[in-house]
Amino acid sequence: MTVGKKVLELNNIDKTFGAVNALSGIQLSVLAGEVIALVGDNGAGKSTLVKIAAGVIPPDQGNILFDGEPVVFRGPMEATRAGIAVIYQDLALCDNLSVVSNLFLGREIQNGIPLSPLNEEAMESKVLELLKELNVGQIREIDIKVGNLSGGQRQTIAIARSLIGEPKVVLLDEPTAALGVAQKVEVLKLIRRLADRGIGVLVISHNISEVLEVSDRVVVLRLGKVVANFETKKITSDDVVAAITGSKSFN
Amino acid sequence: MQKQGQVVKLWFRSQLTADFSVLPVGISLLLLSIIFQTLNSRFLSGENLANLISQNVPLALIATGSVLMLLIGEIDLSVGVVSGLAASIIISLNVSNGWSPASSIAIGVAVAAAIGLSNGFFVTKFGLPSFVVTLAGLLTWQGVQFTVLRSSGTINIPDGFISSLMSTYLSPSLGYYCALIAIFIYSLSIFNNFRKRKKAGLKLKSVRGSIIKILLLAFIALGLVRLLNSNRGVSGALVFLLIVVSIIDYITRRTRFGRNLFAIGGNLEAASRVGINVKRVKVAVFIMGAILAATGGIFASSRLLAVSTQSGGSDLLLNAIAAAVIGGTSLFGGRGSVWAAVLGTLVIGFISNGMDLMNFGSETKLIVTGLVLLAAVSVDSVLRSKYRKRG
Repeated sequence: MTVGKKVLELNNIDKTFGAVNALSGIQLSVLAGEVIALVGDNGAGKSTLVKIAAGVIPPDQGNILFDGEPVVFRGPMEATRAGIAVIYQDLALCDNLSVVSNLFLGREIQNGIPLSPLNEEAMESKVLELLKELNVGQIREIDIKVGNLSGGQRQTIAIARSLIGEPKVVLLDEPTAALGVAQKVEVLKLIRRLADRGIGVLVISHNISEVLEVSDRVVVLRLGKVVANFETKKITSDDVVAAITGSKSFN
Repeated sequence: MQKQGQVVKLWFRSQLTADFSVLPVGISLLLLSIIFQTLNSRFLSGENLANLISQNVPLALIATGSVLMLLIGEIDLSVGVVSGLAASIIISLNVSNGWSPASSIAIGVAVAAAIGLSNGFFVTKFGLPSFVVTLAGLLTWQGVQFTVLRSSGTINIPDGFISSLMSTYLSPSLGYYCALIAIFIYSLSIFNNFRKRKKAGLKLKSVRGSIIKILLLAFIALGLVRLLNSNRGVSGALVFLLIVVSIIDYITRRTRFGRNLFAIGGNLEAASRVGINVKRVKVAVFIMGAILAATGGIFASSRLLAVSTQSGGSDLLLNAIAAAVIGGTSLFGGRGSVWAAVLGTLVIGFISNGMDLMNFGSETKLIVTGLVLLAAVSVDSVLRSKYRKRG
C-alpha cells in the first residue's frame, strides 16, 4: 500500500441549516491510496460532509482543495468530472439494464455523432477487464440484468461503475449496511483494492469492527465537529465509541 | 431426458426474464391464427390479410409512439385525438383550401409536434403526471378538431396523394425484393455483430440460434409476400410501417438516446444522477409520440377516404395503449420493444378481424380484447415480481 499526497482537502468547512450548525470548522484531508472511515452518531454531520465534498450542496464557509488546487463545485456532475465519485446507499442502478449498460450509463462509448450506434464491444471488453482487475469473481455474466443480482453483487457493480470515470477519490455511504456476512467481506476487500489502486477512499460506516478492519484512519464527527482523527492501528473499538459518544476527549 | 427438460426450462426462463420477449405474444398470435383458421379457412387468405393489414397500419403507428411513452414510464392519452386533429388539419388544408399535399402534411405534423412539445413541457416543467396533462389535452384538442371541421363536419378525400397512401401496392416481384432486402440487412447485422465480437475476443452468441432467427424471418417474410401477392400485393403502407418501426427499434436499442429511455424508465433518480438530461429526453419522446400519432392519423384518413369529427375517436387511443402492453411493453416503464407495438396490434387485429369473419358483434370483440389485455398485464406483473431475486 502506497499512501501518497493529499488528493482532497476540506479546510474550515462550515454549514448551517437555519439555526442548526450542521458542520463547523471541519478540517479533513484524504490521501491517495488510503481508506478513511468517517464515523459519528446520527446527526453528527457525516452525510452533510459527503454531500459538500460531492458538490451536492455548497459549504457556507471554507474551501476545498482537489489535487492541490482550490475548486468550487456547482453541482454533483462537476465533482464527478473532476474525479470525485460517490456511491450512495441506494446505489442508483437501473435494474432493467445489463451490467455493462449500468457501468457505462451516461458515458457510453460512441463515436460522437448523434444517433450513431454504441460501441458495445468496446464497453464489454472494458467491463471484463475492470472486473478482472478488481478480482471480483462472483460476477460471471455481464449481459445479465442488474435486477437479477444479489445485494453484494449490486454493491460491487456500483463501485465498479464509479471507477469507469477513473476517479481520484471515491466516497462510499454505508456500503455494507444491507449485506450478509460473506458479501460484506467481499465488499470490504474491494474497498481495500480501490486504495491499492492509489485512490483516496472515504467510507461512512456505523459498524465499528468493520471500520477498524478496512480503514487506515478513523475520523470521528460529533455534533458537526471533528473530535478525533485516529490512526486505525493505534486504537481499539472502545476509543472510537468513546469519541462518538463524547465520553472522552481526544484532541 | 431430465437434463433436456432443464435446458428447455432455462431457455424459457431466460426468454421471460429478458428485457423484452416475443414469446408470450408470439404464442398468442400462433394460437389465434390456428383457432381462427380452423373456424374459417378464409382467415389466413391473402385477401383477408391484406384487409387486416390496411385496417391496422394506423393503429400500429400510433401504438409505436405509445411504446416509447411507456418505456420512459409515461403515458399519452391524447394520441387518438392528436391523430384525428392532425388528419383534420391536413385534409382541411389540402381539400378545402387547395394547399399542396406536402405543405398540408408538413403543417399537420408540425401542429402534432407542437402538441407533443406542450405535453412534455407541462410534464417536465411543473412535474405534473402525464396522465392528467394528456387527459386535458384529449379534451382540448378534441374541441380544436371540432372547430377545424365546424363548417363541414366531414371532408371527403378525392383521388390524390393522400388517398393513394393506403391504396398503393407493390408489384409481386418488388414485394419479394423488399422481403429479400429485409432478410439481407438482418443477416448482415447479425454477421457484423459476430465479426466485431470475435475481433474483440468476446463471448460469441450461438450460431445455431442466429441461423434459426434468420430462417424464421425468411419464412415469415417470404410467406407473407406470397400470400399478399395472391391478392393485390404488398401494400406500400405496410412497407412504410415496417421501415418506421425498424428505424425506431434501432434508435431504442443501439443508440445513447435509446439507452437513456430505458434508464429513465428503469430508475429515474439513477438516470438523472449520471447526468442524463431527463427533461429533454422526455420532451423528445412526447414529440415523437405525437408525430407518430399524426402519421397514423394520415393513414387512417387515407383508408377511410374522409376525415370527420369521429376521426381519432372511439377506441383508437385505448387500442394503441392495449397493443403496446399486449405486445409485451411493461406499464411500469423500462421494459419493452417497439416491435411490441406491431405484434400487439396484430393480436388486436386478429381478434377483431377473426370475430368479424365469424359474425360476432362488437360486444364480444370488446370483451375478448379486454380479457387478452388483462392477461397480458398480469403476465407482465408476475414476471416482474417472480424473477427478481435480491439478497
